[in-house]
Amino acid sequence: MTLSAEAIDNLKELAAYIEDGQEPSAYIERCEVVRGELIIHAKRDQIGKLLRFLRDDAQCKFETLLDICGVDYPARKERFDVVYHLLSMRLVQRVRVKVTTDEETPVPSVVDLFPAANWNEREAFDMYGILFSNHPDLRRILTDYGFEGHPLRKDFPLTGHVEVKYDEVEKRVVYQPVKLVQEYRNFDFLSPWEGMQAVIPGDEKAVDAES
Amino acid sequence: MSDLNNATPPAIKTEPSRVRGDDPMFASLSDEIADKGFVVAKLDDAIAWARTGSLMFMSFGLACCAVEMMQAANPRYDMERFGMAPRGTPRQSDLMIVAGTLTNKMAPAMRKVYDQMAEPRYVISMGSCANGGGYYHYSYSVVRGCDRIVPVDVYVPGCPPTAEALMYGLLQLQKKIRREGTIDR
Repeated sequence: MTLSAEAIDNLKELAAYIEDGQEPSAYIERCEVVRGELIIHAKRDQIGKLLRFLRDDAQCKFETLLDICGVDYPARKERFDVVYHLLSMRLVQRVRVKVTTDEETPVPSVVDLFPAANWNEREAFDMYGILFSNHPDLRRILTDYGFEGHPLRKDFPLTGHVEVKYDEVEKRVVYQPVKLVQEYRNFDFLSPWEGMQAVIPGDEKAVDAES
Repeated sequence: MSDLNNATPPAIKTEPSRVRGDDPMFASLSDEIADKGFVVAKLDDAIAWARTGSLMFMSFGLACCAVEMMQAANPRYDMERFGMAPRGTPRQSDLMIVAGTLTNKMAPAMRKVYDQMAEPRYVISMGSCANGGGYYHYSYSVVRGCDRIVPVDVYVPGCPPTAEALMYGLLQLQKKIRREGTIDR
């Protein structure tokens, strides 16, 4: 999304307001504006308080929780990011809040602030195994009944561990270990989207608008 | 222009009709009906004919293929002229069109639906995903072909197959039923 210079100024103003404000500055580690989007790196224990501030403060009014998602960085000590996307319909602004965690440390749930967080947190739990404390119903949401593992973790094998088949003897669908009849295909990862370094004509305008 | 207007129209050739009143088969049929009031045919053929003409299908739409299946059922391609109509329950269906990606979680449900259909029952696997996993062949959550769960009669390739392709598959299934020609399946 390309923003006008004015919109980016507004974002920077908001970043300064959050970073320097007496209340919110206690909840965050730092703010940054990257590619015209405001990112707040929050302290894990304070995420509830920060989201409440962002929701209720007159200068923020981020009343819509768009999404909660996870990110896996296996090399890091705290390998997961939990990313909250918020939208302020009143002030026409968006913000991204990030906290880090690992497999064991729970992140405080925000269901009491945003009821929409319920299923989003369940999805993050299902896909990454991120735990949320004080969640009313932290169950799997998308994967199969009795599924084992967390499929969006980087160390989860693409084809999983089991596959299903109808058993003529038992007269039911049974699970069995994966046996691939066809080898993996060799994909060319040097696609224009990943391998190309050249600057596309017109991109320099976006860079100018940012700085 | 005037030449065209004044030109005499070409003589219309009248070809003798292929089906003629004095065709021996029709003559014998007509004699039989006039004589006895009924025709004798093989029961197998009559039943196979009846089966091909009323393939009520269970609309098992799982993904984007379902939209093409709807198109095939809608007036433009008009499945109903072949006696096929979508049904919402397996108990009224003769045919199941598996239209879309079959996931591991859905597989037991699909088998249950198939088991509820009355004999004789047929299955059409529609689209790459149902045929062999397709795009999701290596996925942890997708069945690599719905023939691992139910026996399939006709595979329709495509991603998604067009409504015409599905119609063609349905006609192939009709042909298959006619050629089978037995009451018992």
